[in-house]
Amino acid sequence: MEASSHDVLLVGGGGAGLRAAIAAAEVNPKLSIAVVSKVYPMRSHTVSAEGGAAGVAKPDDSLDEHAYDTISGGDWLSDQDAVEAFVKEAPQELLQLERWGCPWNREPDGHIAVRAFGGMKKRRTWFAADKTGFHMLHTLFQTSLKYDPITRYDEWFVTKLLVDDGRVQGVVAIELMSGKIQTILAKAVILCTGGCGRVFPFTTNAAIKNGDGMALAYRAGAPLKDMEFIQYHPTGLPFTGILITEAARAEGGYMLNKDGYRYLQDYNLGTPEAKPVLRSMELGPRDRLSQAFVKEEQKGRTIPTPFGPVVHLDLRHLGEKLINARLPFVRELCLKYQNIDPVTELVPVRPVVHYMMGGISTDIEGATPIHGLFAAGEVACVSINGANRLGSNSLPECVVFGARAGKAAAAVASEQRPANASVLTQAIDEQRRLESQFLRKTGGQERVATIRGEMQATMEKSAGIYREGPLLAEGADKLRELQERSADINLDDRSRTFNTELESALELGYMLDVAESMVQSALHRTESRGAHQRTDYPARDDAKFLAHSMVYRNSDGSSRVEYSPVKITRWPPGERVYGQQAKTAVSQ
Amino acid sequence: MAEKIILEIARYSPEQDHEPHFESYEVPVYKEWVVLDALNHIKDTMDGTLTYRWSCRMGICGSCGMMVNGEPKLTCATFLSSYAKNGNKIRVEPLRYFPVVRDLVTELTDFLVKLKKVKPWLMPKDEPPLSQGEFLQTPEQVDRYKQFSMCINCTLCYAACPVVGLDPVFVGPAAIALAQRYNMDSRDQGAQERTAILAHPDGVWGCTFVGECTRVCPKHVDPAGAIQQYKIAAVLDWLKSFVTPRGQDTKHARSEAGND
Repeated sequence: MEASSHDVLLVGGGGAGLRAAIAAAEVNPKLSIAVVSKVYPMRSHTVSAEGGAAGVAKPDDSLDEHAYDTISGGDWLSDQDAVEAFVKEAPQELLQLERWGCPWNREPDGHIAVRAFGGMKKRRTWFAADKTGFHMLHTLFQTSLKYDPITRYDEWFVTKLLVDDGRVQGVVAIELMSGKIQTILAKAVILCTGGCGRVFPFTTNAAIKNGDGMALAYRAGAPLKDMEFIQYHPTGLPFTGILITEAARAEGGYMLNKDGYRYLQDYNLGTPEAKPVLRSMELGPRDRLSQAFVKEEQKGRTIPTPFGPVVHLDLRHLGEKLINARLPFVRELCLKYQNIDPVTELVPVRPVVHYMMGGISTDIEGATPIHGLFAAGEVACVSINGANRLGSNSLPECVVFGARAGKAAAAVASEQRPANASVLTQAIDEQRRLESQFLRKTGGQERVATIRGEMQATMEKSAGIYREGPLLAEGADKLRELQERSADINLDDRSRTFNTELESALELGYMLDVAESMVQSALHRTESRGAHQRTDYPARDDAKFLAHSMVYRNSDGSSRVEYSPVKITRWPPGERVYGQQAKTAVSQ
Repeated sequence: MAEKIILEIARYSPEQDHEPHFESYEVPVYKEWVVLDALNHIKDTMDGTLTYRWSCRMGICGSCGMMVNGEPKLTCATFLSSYAKNGNKIRVEPLRYFPVVRDLVTELTDFLVKLKKVKPWLMPKDEPPLSQGEFLQTPEQVDRYKQFSMCINCTLCYAACPVVGLDPVFVGPAAIALAQRYNMDSRDQGAQERTAILAHPDGVWGCTFVGECTRVCPKHVDPAGAIQQYKIAAVLDWLKSFVTPRGQDTKHARSEAGND
């Protein structure tokens, strides 16, 4: 079995991964850095992020206000030391991207322009039209090309973390083009593989979002934190799940029910005004807007379609000029994928699984409890997002904590010993597993797509916008059944060259582990907070649950849930208030 | 019952085949379905060996480019229904002019080498500390390069370019457009460094201005425009070199194209 060796190894080449790689290269140019990604880096899902990146930029704003919006938006489950570091470093990181060429929108005088965003009391969202993630990713990718110490493993799929003696020592990966299975040793590993929306049937997430990094860390013994908190974005196009950015509402779009009524006014989110009001109505937080949709549906005020009930997003009053200038991608997506022109027509939308607040538990430097193993971006839970992430906080999270993890990993790698011989034995065992369980397996009745479909249906039914104990318990049983059946998968494809069916089977394994962690965390959290709403426990319960869920994998493959305290620095838990009351609540 | 359509898909596995062949699959035509949905339907329910790339399904990751009835297309943005009338067959092949890894997957290594060759990163005149804030850039200055910054690296333009077909070392439309994206950026001073590759015979002068790259671009990047713009600027720069000795002139192709 071939082996290569580096100092710092990134799994994933999106916003967090590339930022981490550049940070490590800048800290110590002598380090050898590897970026291992199952897709070419510019295909990474950061590319799909639309609306913008939050960072205090204007004199009327302050770091404390950004922190307060983030913490109250997260229903007080965020770690406040992490939030304070985040809001402080976000503007610097966004500025660094500007210095690398990111085409941010500008004011007429040449300064950075900012726009409003949901749950944010001030305008602080930097944007590059409505393709912010695309421009950030391509800027990072193109910039990374000038760093010679960065070696890329494009289209290599990681199947296992090599951990021995309490520290990470590398990975086993398959080179898709050749099918070669290889050991890649490293003194520090940073997981930046993003989220896992594909665990659900209806998601904005790309096909590659399968929770790879979460499952790799979980299997290696690291805990997954706050996995029950799953964000439904309120405005996805039916059937495709394509995201219509929150910027569409920040620019002044209305949410209408079947009667053309701005229904959010019925859900304690303020009163309708013609122009957008910050932290009010359509600019409320995503969890509350998605929950309001379900209530409207229960009242029979949504519009039925073959792909589920919808409400309407109305952009017509914004006019063609503004839509073309500020929301060109929204118009393009509506025209190309929904055959609707938002300049003249209502856009049908429904809540869609979008983002994981939870992830691999890390400290403020991105370190996991396994020595040398780091995580950053959506795959990680630092936690700044708490029980509900605010729109435009995830892109800066990628670069802030990507940079932090890159620097910290470089420091660890600079003083780490070489790998133990025993990890090579582990690698050979992993190669044998891939061969015997998939490529040379005889028998087996199950198809990847069948089990995947049943898993997705289970997750929607038991861990959707509203949850209740019995359905969660049923979901947990079903996932256990699917785990067992997945051992009986039979691949059509036994070839080595670019075997995407093998890749899908391994991704399904990751998703089943991640799904279990979500359902178990949701089952044990008998309260309602942010994006986790239990119909059988409708109130927030700070006495018992002002705490992070930590899911660990037991040696028999089952899971256990423990809790760890939330770090409160300056903002004691309070009531989440939006709409008109928000003004007074914040100024107190 | 939904209407049906036949997909004729190019299949090639280097472990089994000497050359590509076509296999036919009958799939339902739903009005919401794009060609990529049909491929996923085949892979999930009929033939797990079918091999192709895809990811975002919203036309921004650039993974799913293929030849559809002879035209380079993003399959996530190409509706089955638009072909349903044309004899009920759709031919799907890997993007032209690239080596084929397997079935519909092309080899992109050479494309990535070309992208890096044009030095697609910002080279500012100086780098003051971050505390001094952003480089100022007016909306008009952003507009000068914005279009060329929209490339998603889907490589449809390479599959459309007859010069790429004849001369594989030609740097190609997307890479030249990317170089011009930085050349046209008011914050950048790297135009001269990029000249070595762009002004080389395999650079812009390889282009015979067929314009197919611009026609097939799903993001309206207009690589052909970028190439023409650079050619004009390069000629002006060359003429100017007779007037001003090289090295003293700080204005290069970029500024001649009207950037300041």
